[in-house]
Amino acid sequence: MFALDIKGLTKIYKGGTQALRGIDLQVKQGDFFALLGPNGAGKSTTIGIISSLVNKTAGEVQIFEHSLSTELDMAKACIGLVPQEFNFNQFETLMQIMLNQAGYYGVPRHVAKPRAEKYLKQLDLWEKRNSTARTLSGGMKRRLMIARALMHEPRMLILDEPTAGVDIEIRRSMWTFLKQINEQGVTIILTTHYLEEAEMLCRNIAIIDKGVIVQNTSMKSLLATLNIETFVLDLSKNVNSLQLEGFTTRLLDGHTLEVDVPKEAGLNSVFEQLSQQAIQVLSMRNKSNRLEELFVRLVESGRQSTNGEK
Amino acid sequence: MASRNIVALRTIWIKEITRFMRIWIQTLLPPAITMTLYFVIFGNLIGSRIGEMGGFSYMEFIVPGLIMMAVITNSYANVSSSFYSAKFQRNVEEMLVAPVPNWVIIGGFVGGGVARAMLIGLIVTLVSMFFVDVRIHNLFIIVLTLILTASLFATAGLINAIYANSFDDISIIPTFVLTPLTYLGGVFYSLSLLPEFWQWVSKANPIVYMVNGFRYGFLGVADIDPSISVALLVSFNIVLLALAFSLIKRGVGIRS
Repeated sequence: MFALDIKGLTKIYKGGTQALRGIDLQVKQGDFFALLGPNGAGKSTTIGIISSLVNKTAGEVQIFEHSLSTELDMAKACIGLVPQEFNFNQFETLMQIMLNQAGYYGVPRHVAKPRAEKYLKQLDLWEKRNSTARTLSGGMKRRLMIARALMHEPRMLILDEPTAGVDIEIRRSMWTFLKQINEQGVTIILTTHYLEEAEMLCRNIAIIDKGVIVQNTSMKSLLATLNIETFVLDLSKNVNSLQLEGFTTRLLDGHTLEVDVPKEAGLNSVFEQLSQQAIQVLSMRNKSNRLEELFVRLVESGRQSTNGEK
Repeated sequence: MASRNIVALRTIWIKEITRFMRIWIQTLLPPAITMTLYFVIFGNLIGSRIGEMGGFSYMEFIVPGLIMMAVITNSYANVSSSFYSAKFQRNVEEMLVAPVPNWVIIGGFVGGGVARAMLIGLIVTLVSMFFVDVRIHNLFIIVLTLILTASLFATAGLINAIYANSFDDISIIPTFVLTPLTYLGGVFYSLSLLPEFWQWVSKANPIVYMVNGFRYGFLGVADIDPSISVALLVSFNIVLLALAFSLIKRGVGIRS
């Protein structure tokens, strides 16, 4: 069964902007799925339609086989939404926000209260339960959005850039929590600008650009398509020019060399050639996140083919 | 399903009542002070020189109108302010993404407005008892007119908030429409004092019917037959609730 099944989804806003151009997308039950794309690609519109905050122009969306068109309430009950922007009442206490959320889904107070305690404790917010939301730090507000979305125990959690603007420590604790939730059977769909986050958490991925899905595959097979990795080497001595046979190199300064290493070539040959020239490597690092490179490449090639169609 | 909707409705009610109770200095205190000033100035100081109006002391005559004035402004302000704030802070999305039927959203907000109006009505009535012996002719008509008027203006406030794009937009109607209609709605005078032409014009003002229906409940006399007042209030309620339902269903101002 698909947790999410989208067919031919199209959205044209008033004024004529076409945000989605008939996308198809399936997310399996229990999956941890990444939806990536540059700003304005159509991610938030897609999430808006799934969560019924945006009216679709055409197409069909099913949540756990409940159609948004004919079984809206059943579909809504399956979804927990963590939107990109803080959208709770800043003047309410955390406990009020949690209990209200449960109430909207018909969860009675005697069930909602222990559940609110459970999630506020799990997300390290229990001490703040009687504080108003506006007094929370940015990281706490992000965690409150996740806790709130879980109050009706949804089968699918949709997170629109959940870790935007939070420090790395909190981000990692949120990752751990989301992994636990996913292991308990909750399907998770995540959009993020931190591609490392998608690489670390998600099993499957779709990349969307200009309202079109340009890639939809497993994270593993996507990363396997990367055949060149770039390394930055700090060298022991100053060099003016340097050529390594079989590799593309760039000298950033006298002591720093950038090398593109094809997968089949490996790194040994780089070190051998440098040793032959009496150059030692003091340290080495990846130039950038592998997924980031791939993402940029896919978006660029998608745009080139779109331009070609014109 | 039904019990889920009841829980959702009760949640919005409690949320709305908690909101206006939390900011009681802005919501409950001002009408008490304003109405005290009206009673002192118009009732005591000026009223004593006016003499009788419609067979009652001027103070007795204006009490129902002043209560109604407070009910109208507060029921309208409660919902327009609360719903627009929910739009502005985007927490209205909490309800829109949940399986909350449109009638529950409307019922919750309008119910919150009615609750505030009832409380204000009680406060102003208690204040008036310091100045005059409040007599009650027909409690049923009083409560019925109060609820129907509060629900009508709460719904109007909701419609205003649905269309509003800024906080200025929710103050335009109260300032330029509600206040003039209320002052010209027979709160401070009997329509019989007006020339025939202006009596006829006044009858196009819906607030005249509310004030007179309410006044009948207290004093047993009014410029308008109370059954006409109630019938018109029911009709206006049906029209505005249908409009609010249609707007929420189409997502006007809340869905893109």
